[in-house]
Amino acid sequence: MRGFVLAATMVAFMACGGGDGGDGGESGTAAAAAAAPLGNGSITGVIHFEGMAPSNPTIDMAEEAECAEKHMGQPIDPVVTVTDGMLANVFIRVTGGLPAGPYPMPSQPARIDQDGCLYHPRVLGVMVGQDLEITNSDPLLHNIKAVPTENRPFNISQPTDGMTTTRTFNTPEIMVPLECNVHGWMNAYIGVVEHPYFAVSGADGAFNIAGLPDGTYQIEAWHETLGTQTGEVTITGGAGSIEFTFSGA
Amino acid sequence: MATSALPHADAHGHEHDLSFIRKYIFSTDHKIIGIQFLLLSLIGLFIGGLLAITLRWQLGFPGEAIPGGGILPETMAPGGILLPEFYNSLVTMHGTFMVFFAIMPLLVGVFGNYLIPLKIGAPDMAFPRLNMWSFWIALPATVLMISGFFMAGGHAAAGWTAYAPLSANPEWTGVSGGQKVWLLSIAILGMSSILGATNYITTVVNLRAPGMTWFRLPLSIWALFLTSILVLLAIPILSGAAIMLYFDQTIGTHFFDALDGGQPLLWQHLFWYFGHPEVYILILPAMGFVSDIISNNSRKPVFGYHSMIFAMLAIMGLGWIVWGHHMFQSGMNPALGTTFMVSTLLIAVPSAIKTFNWMGTMWRGNIRLNVPMLNAVAFVAMFVIGGLSGVFMAVTPVDIYIHDTYFIVAHIHYVLFGGSLFALFAAITFWYPKMFGRMMNSMIGKVHFWLTFLFYNLTFWPMHNLGIGGHMRRIYDPSEYEFLQPLQGMNTFITISAILLLTTQMLFALNFIMSWFNGEKASDNPWKDNGVEWTTPSPPPHGNFPTVPIVYRGPYEFSSPLVEEDFLPQTRKLEGDQEPGAAQNEGDR
Amino acid sequence: MGWILPEGFSTFAGDIDFLYYVVLVVTGIAFVIVELGIVIFLFKYRHRPGQKAHYTHGNNTAEVIWTAIPAVTVVVLGLMSGGLWAEIKGHESAPAGSIPYAVDGRQFEWNVTYAGLDGQLGTGDDFVVRNQLHVPVNQPVVLQLSAEDVIHSFFVPAFRVKQDAVPGMTIPVWFEATQTGEYEIACAELCGLGHYRMRAMVTVHTAEDFQQWVADQSAD
Repeated sequence: MRGFVLAATMVAFMACGGGDGGDGGESGTAAAAAAAPLGNGSITGVIHFEGMAPSNPTIDMAEEAECAEKHMGQPIDPVVTVTDGMLANVFIRVTGGLPAGPYPMPSQPARIDQDGCLYHPRVLGVMVGQDLEITNSDPLLHNIKAVPTENRPFNISQPTDGMTTTRTFNTPEIMVPLECNVHGWMNAYIGVVEHPYFAVSGADGAFNIAGLPDGTYQIEAWHETLGTQTGEVTITGGAGSIEFTFSGA
Repeated sequence: MATSALPHADAHGHEHDLSFIRKYIFSTDHKIIGIQFLLLSLIGLFIGGLLAITLRWQLGFPGEAIPGGGILPETMAPGGILLPEFYNSLVTMHGTFMVFFAIMPLLVGVFGNYLIPLKIGAPDMAFPRLNMWSFWIALPATVLMISGFFMAGGHAAAGWTAYAPLSANPEWTGVSGGQKVWLLSIAILGMSSILGATNYITTVVNLRAPGMTWFRLPLSIWALFLTSILVLLAIPILSGAAIMLYFDQTIGTHFFDALDGGQPLLWQHLFWYFGHPEVYILILPAMGFVSDIISNNSRKPVFGYHSMIFAMLAIMGLGWIVWGHHMFQSGMNPALGTTFMVSTLLIAVPSAIKTFNWMGTMWRGNIRLNVPMLNAVAFVAMFVIGGLSGVFMAVTPVDIYIHDTYFIVAHIHYVLFGGSLFALFAAITFWYPKMFGRMMNSMIGKVHFWLTFLFYNLTFWPMHNLGIGGHMRRIYDPSEYEFLQPLQGMNTFITISAILLLTTQMLFALNFIMSWFNGEKASDNPWKDNGVEWTTPSPPPHGNFPTVPIVYRGPYEFSSPLVEEDFLPQTRKLEGDQEPGAAQNEGDR
Repeated sequence: MGWILPEGFSTFAGDIDFLYYVVLVVTGIAFVIVELGIVIFLFKYRHRPGQKAHYTHGNNTAEVIWTAIPAVTVVVLGLMSGGLWAEIKGHESAPAGSIPYAVDGRQFEWNVTYAGLDGQLGTGDDFVVRNQLHVPVNQPVVLQLSAEDVIHSFFVPAFRVKQDAVPGMTIPVWFEATQTGEYEIACAELCGLGHYRMRAMVTVHTAEDFQQWVADQSAD
């Protein structure tokens, strides 16, 4: 009989053991003391877009009045955001050439917001173990469903305006998709990296990765529909730059 | 041969040397096991009630923090306000606990265990050790089920009916461990039930005392016997389906997953093929207890004893061919809608027969309105409402509108609370003296009854009206719909009534606990009943009877012209009574 | 409110409601007989000193009567209902000429595909609108109902329409709206955390307005 209790308890542990990716559980703190930065140099650059920018899908927000109000005119799903030949929302990170860790944890949590029934920002990087704060800035239900392959998935709701939830990811993964199932068009992508040397290109196509010593680094640039490109950059005297050009899908 | 093999109580002389653990914890005595199930199930009932109140809070006061909600973690209720996924989990677990961890073990585990050997005149069950296993499997299953609340992602949230694909893939609910643990717990609990059923059937078939022919068995025993057959046949189906669903969740099968060639409807067929017999498992024993108690307190034989048995057999038989009425709108072949409508309408008839026979038992009786009788009559009055509301659903075009609305919820609760739970209050009060040697306090019992009856009706009757208004089930926030907003007041009213209802149950709990220590000491036969269990002390010793009881008549000989008293026990021999033949197991006399 | 159904606005709503009221009356009568009987018996036969119960084991005639009457009643109810069920849900029950739509449910929205100006589903002029079903009044429509992920249920209370949407199945649902206006669609099968919010609207237009609306949508 005691065996049964033991077996049942073991089964319970097995059932909750779940994935290998450790827990995308709640509020792991960004407790790793900020180690000293590795260096003072940075990698800067721009992402170009060549050719005709593909048109982005429109979003039917007719049945979500409180979100539709936040948009002037027809809401658009910003899959490919090109402004004057510059491409935004490209996730750039260092993939090689780094000295050994430990790497300094960013002092602030990463933040993502559900506002106007869209994720802001659309693309975001976090370091393994860094807090990701997810806020609902709309006065209606959103859920946040993370569909990673290496990390533990989660699916949580935030029914009211101003609610915030914090999650962390424990395994590097490029990229973790975020969805909202109440609004099927809402997408975001989180790059989980073992170090803090990543950036997302802005509307002007520009990006900046700071805190690196002089040296040669391999870089990867990821876009959700336009593919992934690699390159190499050398930082000398604290500065290095690299550019990528994506073209129409 | 069973009769000659019945041991005497003093043959168990070694009993006095048993340790406390062997006597009260790992006991093979059916009475102890029955009481163990009683304590476990009352805890299950309490948990089920708490879960209900919590979800009702959200419905009654949407978006308001629940008092005391601060103890709930952020993943369930940040700031004490329930999250939608937690609400879905509450709804799921309320149903789960009430069906599997409260009503079923109370009816079958407690009274099956306690009453069968005593009422048939046997010293214990046919398989006492298997009986012990039955409880000690149920306990870890319960612990496992409770553990689901503590898992990342929360507890199961796909309804107590666990429809696939929602339940098959954590992607759809965000619940992984909880849903798996739910299935494992149910499968393990199923083993407990199957063992119990095997035991009960064997015991009733083989261990009846001499003279206890089939047609002298009390209706409570008939009901428990027929229920055990249902359990034996239906529970394995659930276990099998649960294992298939578990495989879908864990090892990559796709039984119920349309995206890979599976069939979501298959789950529903399997579940309800179990599920419908299950609801008869949840009502038949209650019907049996009520027959005994109404007859006893009307001081009259049960009206139509043979019809009652026939009706139970009809319910048992028809119960296997009505499962599709849970699936009228499911997308199954509409022609099946017609066939299942026919069988479902027909199954109303045996329940009607039983209702009229209970009334016939009370007719021209000499009615004592004690606590068991109050609750037993309430059973009849409330069960009939539940049965009648079922007619609406059976008529398939009407079901189009009321399926998955609160009309169904009203129906469920009228038969399960109004029916089974009132019957349980009656049965617990009635057999408490035999179990514990003390009477429950009658005044508290009456106050508990009347308050429960009042608040129960105030809680569940309006749910019919919600359903007629189109109010769907399992809806976290009805205010999203304009057509439901006028019904919000009713939701609040129901919530307040439910809170009062739950609070009232403290009276029962108090009565139960206090009487155990301070209750008036009970004689052997405080209710002046005819059953064999009342011929032993309260509580009975291990082995139950010092000598093998001999049975001379049926169990309902109240106000018999043969004697002056208004009751005539089954074992009392009168002049002219024949001794039962040695071969009492052959045929029915 | 109470036991009176809210008003229905489809051609078969009246038939469904009629059956409901028949059942209401029948069960109401049974309810009164049983409950009144119980109360009367409790009073009339309560114990008083010197009272004796009437010793009887039953009465076969009574058994026959109270078996036969319920049996006949339920058979009649069944006969009254079978036809309507087939008419609403039967295979190929959608009236000829029903305007075709496809309605696809998924967590947590309904996507409606319109046949467009050519009135045919599956052609180039089809278009999809989220959470809005526009139909013309007094014309039958047939929705091919499907689901992407889990089981949902398409429920329009005002039309007495309900049908589960099952992944892997396409299930036809037809109705004919009898009055212009806006009516809510609800999901009636637990489908996840957003189930309570899986709401859409039916807009019933006059025939001309409907043509205009389709034309406007197609122009986009």
